[in-house]
Amino acid sequence: MPLTLTLREPPTVPLETEGLSPDRLATRRRGEIEALTVWHGNRRAQLADFFAVSGNGGEELRVEGDLRRVKFLGAGMTDGRLTVAGDAGMHTGADMRGGELVVEGDVGDFAGVNMHGGRLVVEGSAGHQLGGAHPGERAGMRGGEILVHGDAGDQVGTGLRRGLIAVAGRVGDAAGLRMLAGTIVALGGLGAPPGAAMRRGTIVAMSHVTLLPTFAFACSYRPPFLRLYLRHLRALGLPLTDDQIEGRYARWCGDGLELRRGEILILEAGR
Amino acid sequence: MLRIAQGRVYDPANGVDGDVRDVCLNGGKVVEELPSHAPRIDARGMIVMPGGVDIHSHIAGPKVNAARKLAPEEHRADPLDRTAIMRSGTGGTVPSTFTTGYRYALLGYTTVVDAATPPLAARHTLAELRDTPIVDAAFLVLMGNNLPMFELIRDAGPDGAGPVTEAVAWWLEATGGYGVKLVNPGGVEMWKHGNRNVTSLDDEVEGLGVTPRRVLEAIATSVDELGLPHPVHVHCNNLGVAGNWRTTLDTLDTLQGRRAHLAHLQFHAYGGTPGKRPRSRAPELAEHLDAHPEHSADVGQVMFGPATTITADAPVSARLREITGGKWVNADLEAETGCGIVPFAYRERNYVHALQWAIGLELFLLSRDPWRVVLSTDHPNGGSFLSYPRLIRLLMDREFRNEQIDRVNQKAIRRTVLRDRLEREYTLGEIAIITRAGPARLLGLADKGHLGVGADADVTVYGEHEDREQMFATPRYVIKGGRVIVEDGELREAPAGDLLRVEADHDEAIERTLRPLFEEHYSVQFANYPVREPWLLEPARRIPARRDGSGR
Ligand SMILES: [Zn+2]
Repeated sequence: MPLTLTLREPPTVPLETEGLSPDRLATRRRGEIEALTVWHGNRRAQLADFFAVSGNGGEELRVEGDLRRVKFLGAGMTDGRLTVAGDAGMHTGADMRGGELVVEGDVGDFAGVNMHGGRLVVEGSAGHQLGGAHPGERAGMRGGEILVHGDAGDQVGTGLRRGLIAVAGRVGDAAGLRMLAGTIVALGGLGAPPGAAMRRGTIVAMSHVTLLPTFAFACSYRPPFLRLYLRHLRALGLPLTDDQIEGRYARWCGDGLELRRGEILILEAGR
Repeated sequence: MLRIAQGRVYDPANGVDGDVRDVCLNGGKVVEELPSHAPRIDARGMIVMPGGVDIHSHIAGPKVNAARKLAPEEHRADPLDRTAIMRSGTGGTVPSTFTTGYRYALLGYTTVVDAATPPLAARHTLAELRDTPIVDAAFLVLMGNNLPMFELIRDAGPDGAGPVTEAVAWWLEATGGYGVKLVNPGGVEMWKHGNRNVTSLDDEVEGLGVTPRRVLEAIATSVDELGLPHPVHVHCNNLGVAGNWRTTLDTLDTLQGRRAHLAHLQFHAYGGTPGKRPRSRAPELAEHLDAHPEHSADVGQVMFGPATTITADAPVSARLREITGGKWVNADLEAETGCGIVPFAYRERNYVHALQWAIGLELFLLSRDPWRVVLSTDHPNGGSFLSYPRLIRLLMDREFRNEQIDRVNQKAIRRTVLRDRLEREYTLGEIAIITRAGPARLLGLADKGHLGVGADADVTVYGEHEDREQMFATPRYVIKGGRVIVEDGELREAPAGDLLRVEADHDEAIERTLRPLFEEHYSVQFANYPVREPWLLEPARRIPARRDGSGR
């Protein structure tokens, strides 16, 4: 049985658990884990005040319970596998650098913010600022992959510099805001207006999108790189059809107020 | 009572240059002698100086607060937890109020002047200074782009300041300010007319009948007539523009015979032609200043790394924003001034940044009178006040300086005299002048910047260390008003500092002149304008002006 932390009852105010990641817990003894600092609101507390610890160490960590008010799960993790059995709170996987973090339910806002590497999988839906930037920062996510099987909120991939964000369901408004590079794939619809102030990078949509007037039509084609990306996403379990993988895409360049080196690719129907 | 025993004392205002002696403190002042049982700090082998005095910094008020709001990423990177002594806060280039006080004190500074407050924002500045512990603080009041003031200057004619003088004194009283600041006189108002500026002292401020030269003359004359302790503090026109050294010289010539302090001279010492690559004209300006004892400057040294440009010179900010393409605040203070804020980073490899860095060092190294060319980085414009120790090392340690010169853009260095590997190394006595004795004298703060009997008991004790940066970054003891604030580099207590404000009488009749001008230009009622709230104004130490001839 993997090392398992079970939240006894939901905290009354958010519980911040920066540092709760498999790589950091792997080498620690039970007592050390129980004594780790967590912040309950502005009060310092010990992990054991909120969680029951069971199982053994190793590279696998499982967290259970109603974790909607538990923040920063897996923040900064570099290796190993963290499974959240259910919903997770804000900043899940923030500043993540490696390993795999699987949330079996929904995640709160700012999941995967400033991520540098590894893979974050959300089996439910994600909130706002998925793979975004910390407040004030120019650049957001710089590497790694985020896969969401449900929907995602607004401002997905703000300041995205490198990496891949793929959402099976609907993506909210202002995706790819101030994007610098990297790729966002929205399989189930994309809110308006995507790619505002983007400099480089790619946003992929499978249905009609309302674009800013500062995006210009370039061409209609079958981007070879995209086929590779989409097959990779299908292999990871996202619901991609052959039509999407093999289809023609309209390429729109923008944002014309910035470099205009970015692109929004929109699947063309019936070809 | 406290005796700082047997340290090497640097008190240049009293001709003390490294003599081993005791400094005795009692009742918040330096005293002649203390009974032998008085508590003592054993300062053997240590360096004793008056507390540091910063003549030009930006630490309070709406512009500083807007800069804070602009940089949450800096706060995230530099949080300060609450301790038994300190409140929580944030650092970065624009620290929160409490952190500003703690960090200045930890650096051995005990007096700081905020260099630019719009009169309308005086309440905000005063409120923040009340929350900036330990250091005694004053602020300068912006008057160089004020519409009612322009009307008074226009109507005063060329020979007399008259009502302008009374108005200057009225404004100081109405705000709780200490001195008068001019920022790009006339130019900011032109910017507010629609993306324009003045380029020479004789450009007319459109439709207002004044020129930068008239504003400079009238306000400098008024400040002298009032006998304010600090001369008019001028941020010249054309900041940052190649070839602006001519404007700077013209400004100094215009103010000849009148006292004047030029802010951040480095930013005003560029040769070349506008729009092209600047070069250094620091030697010419250093020479001119040497020959004019009524004039002084702080350097405004640029230090490599992050900075935040905060200025009333809004057109300069607009140009900087074109360079960074990043965050920018541009604000209009109705009848009084503008404001611009742009986070910025100075880079060693960049021609202009390296030139700015080198020009600052040239000004320090070529100036023959350290009393009149004093240390500043125009915090946080050229760099944080936390970089002062490094700057001191650049001045004191020739070998270190030459290493740094080799790292930066060499094309820029070739445009300066630094290519000649200047020999000069500042002595500890000279550092004491440019960081405390000089600024205090230029500010007219008779109780600051020295350790003579009757001076404020503000003392900094440094451990002797070959690495001057390390030495000046972590004083062993800092004593403020006779209380030991810092001990072994740690904060021990954090009492409130004093507000320092000027006391200059004015003729009440000036209100009859000002009232209709206020009704014309301001959104604020004349009666509501002056700061009256006791919690903002009290307690304060009043430093009297010495007005002559008028019998007041
Ligand atoms: Zn300044």
